[in-house]
Amino acid sequence: MLKITPLNQAHRDMNAKMVDFGGWDMPLHYGSQLDEHHKVRQDAGMFDVSHMLVVDIEGENVRNFLRQLTANNVDKLTVSGKAIYTCMLNPDGGIIDDLIIYFLSESWFRLVVNAGTADKDIAWITLQRDQAAPDLEIKPRRDLAMIAVQGPNARAKVWQVISGAQTVTENLKQFQSATFDQYFIARTGYTGEDGFEIILPANEAVAFWKKLYAAGVAPAGLGARDTLRLEAGMNLYGQDMDEATNPLESGLAWTVDLKSERDFIGKQALLQTAIKRQLVGLLLLDKGVLRSHQKVMTQHNQSECEGEITSGGFSPTLNQSIALARVPVQVAIGEEVHVLIRDKKLAAKVVKYPFVRNGQILI
Amino acid sequence: MSIPTQLKYTKSHEWVKSESDGTVTVGITQHAQELLGDMVFVELPKIGRILAQKEECIVVESVKAAADVYSPLAGEVIAVNSELESSPEKINQDPYHAWLFKLKPANIADLESLLDAQGYEKALESEAH
Repeated sequence: MLKITPLNQAHRDMNAKMVDFGGWDMPLHYGSQLDEHHKVRQDAGMFDVSHMLVVDIEGENVRNFLRQLTANNVDKLTVSGKAIYTCMLNPDGGIIDDLIIYFLSESWFRLVVNAGTADKDIAWITLQRDQAAPDLEIKPRRDLAMIAVQGPNARAKVWQVISGAQTVTENLKQFQSATFDQYFIARTGYTGEDGFEIILPANEAVAFWKKLYAAGVAPAGLGARDTLRLEAGMNLYGQDMDEATNPLESGLAWTVDLKSERDFIGKQALLQTAIKRQLVGLLLLDKGVLRSHQKVMTQHNQSECEGEITSGGFSPTLNQSIALARVPVQVAIGEEVHVLIRDKKLAAKVVKYPFVRNGQILI
Repeated sequence: MSIPTQLKYTKSHEWVKSESDGTVTVGITQHAQELLGDMVFVELPKIGRILAQKEECIVVESVKAAADVYSPLAGEVIAVNSELESSPEKINQDPYHAWLFKLKPANIADLESLLDAQGYEKALESEAH
């Protein structure tokens, strides 16, 4: 039995092609994935991301607990509403999940974790809580829904729909949030475009979704979400990283605080591990489409660390195939490599990602 | 979904049109394009290539996946729709007109072994269950 979000029927009413996404019945597209992609880059689109889990951690000194739980440093969060992106590591430095943490007050932090890892995350966080801070409460919030509205016109359209929200949210910077009425509104996203991710009561989700649609926000499915985040160079958990990889070899060194005195789970392992692999961008020079798990051949390949595409696909904005690939650290930007696609070796160029941000091609 | 009655079909979702000069035109069905989603790349066979029946001869790539297209009949490739190389989306827009290649069949009588529209519809129904 597939799990459903509060918007399931709304998707079906909009003729969505539904797919099983890690046990969730989710919209892949509503007709054309490419159109939805372009709509987000050029105007505004909305995604049902209610399958992701909001977890509130409440009690005395939540911050201290999170200091040791995550690789990024929650001490960077000094103003209420501010958020950080971080990995949660196991003692070996492997990535249990990537998540966003919102600081609301010293007794209330809000985490948003991936759908496919939610049960595992709750079990892990609970285990750590029991050892380090048994008085804290961990509250999975399945009573909430989450809708991402993304694109250059996304914020304006949200303001059109939630009257009064503009004054509270127009000065939010990236990775800041504010609460207005029943809406928790964060200037975050997974597309490389401006916009909001909005958390609201599950029973209000359908009405809000319909109002956004009436305001001209195009529904967009998981297909477009994947090509948008790939162009934006954002990792997908389970593809570009997992428990067998650490953040330093996943392009996420910027999210790991190794400088402060603070100890966190996985820190010792990261300090002791020699990093042999890195995540790079690939641009396919020949015709075809890069896909995950295709082998990448470089002049630096050694048998024990062969390159592999972690996420690949067709970039609608570049009209060309792009990928993220894990390759030996010796591979340099600008180098030409070969990708094995079926029986052919196709040429690709190693590039610095992101590929696209805020509607602009960067490579 | 309406399946054109004047065409023949395979279980692997190719359609075949019998031309008056004894050649056949091949494409993929509405069902196939729906399954694959937006097309982004088509790799066509070389003209003159000799194909066996059910031989893989084309790769179509959509946003979602790569899929092989199989030759419905044995024969020789005599033309390809190279317009699809720059406009693969035509397959999504009009799958029964966006043909992939034309074949000179080794034995035109083999055409009778393919499914008619009714047979193809039944094959789709059994696939759905």
